[in-house]
Amino acid sequence: MKIANKTVSAERLVRDALEKAKHFADYNIFTFLNEEGAIARAREIDARIKKGEKVGRLAGVPYAMKENFLSPDGETTASAHILQGFTSPITATSIAKLEEEGAIMIGRTNMDAFAHGSSTENSYFGPTLNSHDKTRVAGGSSGGSAVAVALDIVEFATGTDTGGSIRQPASFNGIYGLKPTYGCISRYGVVAMASSTDCIGFFTKTPDDMDLLMSIASGQDSKDLTTLPDYYNNEEKNPNPQKIGIIKDFDNDSVDSEIRNALASKIDLLKTKGHEIIELEMPALKYALAAYYIIVPAEIASNLSRYDGIRYGFRSDDSKDLDTLYNNTRNEGFMPENKRRIMIGNFVLSSGFYDAYFLKAAKARTLIIKEYKNAFKKCDYILTPVAPNPAFKLGEKTGDPVAMYLEDVMSVPLNLAGVPGLTIPAGKTKNGLPIGLQLIGPRRSDKSLIKFSKELM
Amino acid sequence: MEIKREDILHLADLSNFSLSEKEAKSLEGDLSNIIKYISQLDKLDTKNIEPTYQVFEMDNIWRADEILEQDAKREDLLALTKESKDNQIKVPKVL
Repeated sequence: MKIANKTVSAERLVRDALEKAKHFADYNIFTFLNEEGAIARAREIDARIKKGEKVGRLAGVPYAMKENFLSPDGETTASAHILQGFTSPITATSIAKLEEEGAIMIGRTNMDAFAHGSSTENSYFGPTLNSHDKTRVAGGSSGGSAVAVALDIVEFATGTDTGGSIRQPASFNGIYGLKPTYGCISRYGVVAMASSTDCIGFFTKTPDDMDLLMSIASGQDSKDLTTLPDYYNNEEKNPNPQKIGIIKDFDNDSVDSEIRNALASKIDLLKTKGHEIIELEMPALKYALAAYYIIVPAEIASNLSRYDGIRYGFRSDDSKDLDTLYNNTRNEGFMPENKRRIMIGNFVLSSGFYDAYFLKAAKARTLIIKEYKNAFKKCDYILTPVAPNPAFKLGEKTGDPVAMYLEDVMSVPLNLAGVPGLTIPAGKTKNGLPIGLQLIGPRRSDKSLIKFSKELM
Repeated sequence: MEIKREDILHLADLSNFSLSEKEAKSLEGDLSNIIKYISQLDKLDTKNIEPTYQVFEMDNIWRADEILEQDAKREDLLALTKESKDNQIKVPKVL
């Protein structure tokens, strides 16, 4: 990525990015442009470069921030009405680390409200359009961030991935997107969706940029006790050649034929480079989506109970008493998909249904984790599609929540198991839509996963 | 399992939503479809399998018992609320 130095100023890089953001305004990528703040920060960095002072590894690099990261620059709304007017007094650990290295946030990006969705259509700000076809969805929930990188507005963007929200939009827009190992990057200062699967990650144009960002952002944080001690920067590189697993169950008619062809051609490429292909049977994976849409709504119902209109954000007017205020604020402030997930969560946790749904799903999760463990005894990485289809038409799935959930069928198993997955661009369909594949590794294999992805270029 | 109107109203109550008639009707259909989908877990044999609730290798983490400086100050937080008085957040009557 282009970093500010004596010949290219940070102000030039930032002004170029802001100009491009305005040029692509019709894609509805940004919910806030940080014009004054970004230019002021760029000038500080330029002054330090001029004085010959040491600047960070991301000096003057413009980036875009998903709308659910807390920082005092602009409102943090998670693209939901209920958080309108909320400007955070604190900064997310991941954002603080990037900015310490000189990265400059030029704007906040659109998303499905509270990251509930797979298309960025469930946003209070309306949908973001696909970078390759404006009649199609950006993917989601981190759709704005993916399109900002794909249209080359910024060098990188932040995202969150609870069930595919980085990998699927990366795939729909033809760029790299990483969901790291659970616990690799601090979640402090990011709007919580489902605490046991939420991961912070990035969108980039190259594996090397991803590696640089990961080496900066990963590591233990006393403000998030689920963070792992930094393994990323100490990981040993695996030797070549490798054994690559493919999942037989994912090669069927429910997957678009052009995606299956793209996978087959990457498998051939790996074989010609001397890698071995292993066929895996992972029968519990077909239950992952059902387990996910029990466990995650349960955690959502709990995490989103804090939004009541009292302490911050939107508050409904003219309520006669406190209960009515809570009920009206939440009813007016949440999007329909937020309500569906909260209600499903309360359903699977309620007495009489807990054992049949929540407990059952938690047991399914154990089986899914076991299948990955066994798979990684036989192979080093697994290669699968990210989603069953390329970017679909705007409005195509908004009327059918289950059809939208099925978008996540290949991405959610990783979140339940806590293993990392990297979306890799793998060509285009005959209609010019990007195809993405995901390379999956065992826990803590993030660095070698990124390195190995170059074998697929 | 079919979701009836009374189930929707009960869940709306648990979730603190004042649903409109139109919303309740569309949720009846949506939630029935979602619950039908997730019910396929019935077919998975989970006999003698322990549940997993988190994927972090969790150990107790101890620190010294002292008050740490917080990122946000009291006045920053009070500034976020719609109405406050004498360092307290003002709400409508409770009863």
